[in-house]
Amino acid sequence: MGMQFNNVFKSAVLALTIIGLAACSSTSDTEEMAPVAQTAGESDAARAARLEQERLERERQEQQRREQAALNTTVFYFDFDVAEFQPADRETLIVHARNLAANPNRRVRLEGHADERGTREYNLALGERRANNIRDFLIVNGASRNQLETVSYGEERPAANGQTEAAYRQNRRVEVQPAG
Amino acid sequence: MKQSSLIFFVLALVFSLRLSAAELNIEITRGVDNPIPVAVVPFAWDGINLLDEDIAQIISSNLEQVGEFRALSRANMLSLPSEEREVHYRDWRILAQQYLVIGKISQVPGGQMVQVQWEFFDINRERKVLGEVLTGSMSQLRDIAHEISDVIYQEITGKRGAFSTKIMYISAEGAIGSTVFKLHYADYDGRRAQILLESREPIMSPAWSPDGSQIAYVSFETDLPRIYIQDLASGQRRQVTNFPGINSSPVWSPDGSKLAMVLSKDGSPDIYVLDLANDQLRQLTDHPRAETEPAWTLDSRSVIFTSDRTGQPQIYKVDAAGGLPERLTFDCFYCAKAQFLPDGVNLVHVRRETRQDNSYGIAILNVQTSRVIKLTETALDESPSVAPNGSMIMFGTTAGGKGVLDAVSIDGRIKFRLPSLQGDVREPSWSPYLN
Repeated sequence: MGMQFNNVFKSAVLALTIIGLAACSSTSDTEEMAPVAQTAGESDAARAARLEQERLERERQEQQRREQAALNTTVFYFDFDVAEFQPADRETLIVHARNLAANPNRRVRLEGHADERGTREYNLALGERRANNIRDFLIVNGASRNQLETVSYGEERPAANGQTEAAYRQNRRVEVQPAG
Repeated sequence: MKQSSLIFFVLALVFSLRLSAAELNIEITRGVDNPIPVAVVPFAWDGINLLDEDIAQIISSNLEQVGEFRALSRANMLSLPSEEREVHYRDWRILAQQYLVIGKISQVPGGQMVQVQWEFFDINRERKVLGEVLTGSMSQLRDIAHEISDVIYQEITGKRGAFSTKIMYISAEGAIGSTVFKLHYADYDGRRAQILLESREPIMSPAWSPDGSQIAYVSFETDLPRIYIQDLASGQRRQVTNFPGINSSPVWSPDGSKLAMVLSKDGSPDIYVLDLANDQLRQLTDHPRAETEPAWTLDSRSVIFTSDRTGQPQIYKVDAAGGLPERLTFDCFYCAKAQFLPDGVNLVHVRRETRQDNSYGIAILNVQTSRVIKLTETALDESPSVAPNGSMIMFGTTAGGKGVLDAVSIDGRIKFRLPSLQGDVREPSWSPYLN
């Protein structure tokens, strides 16, 4: 567990660094191209301070946009018979975890689902394992246990009908829902 | 989902004679090669109005549905006797019939009751084998027909008939987001279906008490899977469990004293046994992987269950008093949802042979010889439920994109389907003997 936490922590730091770097480089580009209006009587120092202020504001907005996009992602998909979420979803989930940490009154419900193959009760167990894995990851990344509720629907509430791989892919999922 | 369920949650306890829209009809998809020929002559009726039910037709259908018999077409009958003195054995020998069933129905003066006098003949031996008089109300004609079928079946095969038994099953109707789930109760052939429970949230795992008076099931009506027990006669129900996580798979011990179930309150699904006399809960398995789908051995002493402790689901058995589980299946990629046949030796289960074959069928494992017989190959078969006489297994499968109920004989030779008119049907649960 300690090992796992360490890894998660490292990737969180790495993710933040990447986001930070991306934000920096994009803002400096904008800075060079944007016409700089010289306010009459503004000292060089005041101008530098204002530009820095504007840069920080853009950076903040960019980060907010990224976070909002991550928070808007509320469905996470799984491979067949696999309970671990996909590595590509780590950063998005970290944003969810940080948002929960920053908003202690916010509560979410993690609904685990499976595709229809296999027996119903076993799929109920599989859906719960998927929801629990996401719950545990959110806790490791800052969310509190009492903000998170899990439930498994197994194969009882498909997102798509039909006996196709495309439908099955949509049905193997965990949905993050607001909890009452 | 939570909000909508609060607004739209509907709970209906309807135990009237209301017919369900999703009534099932049986079609035989496969039969035996040399069925026993039986002639069931239309029963005579001394009343004025037409009867609601055709007893002879119900008996014929029953016998044909189990595949071992072929009923003679009425159009081919040379005579239509309704009592013994009208029977000419020659008429039936010409038609190569082995058995003959005749009867007459008469009104009991001054009421809604009818008397059904029926007789059963062995054509080759030219003798009457059975005869009896049954009395019931007009609304019980189907019950009378099933009872007669049971007696005939036992007389010919030596096995107790299961035509008077019932089934439960679940249906799901409506588009995603507005699905309505219903728990149905019907004759074994899907007729006279009634709705026991209706909800906007899923219903799962219907189970019968051994005396057939109560049922248990899982309902998500509180937005969480919880176990309920319902009395069939009164419709009264109570929530049995409210533990965090999964509360599922209720199943009565054959002696009726305990309810095995799955709870995940301690982190992962494990098998528990609730003593119904004192409400004591005992944990039978304790493993970080999933333990689910409990079923009892006939002596109520052990519980079999599915576990993926080795990676893939396999079937295990554990003493109900506790102890180390014993693994029962080894040579399959996915073996789950097991239940013993009444012989206590053959284990019905859902089986996927290899990772590559990607097909879930119903199979029987003889735990003494380790021999496996695959009964179905329909790809998405699940939820097998055994008739109390062990002759047939009903299960859920998918046909034409929707859930249907199929039944297959224990030797795999006979198969019939109960297609629904509306919605997906699944999770059949065959009752114990009710009479």
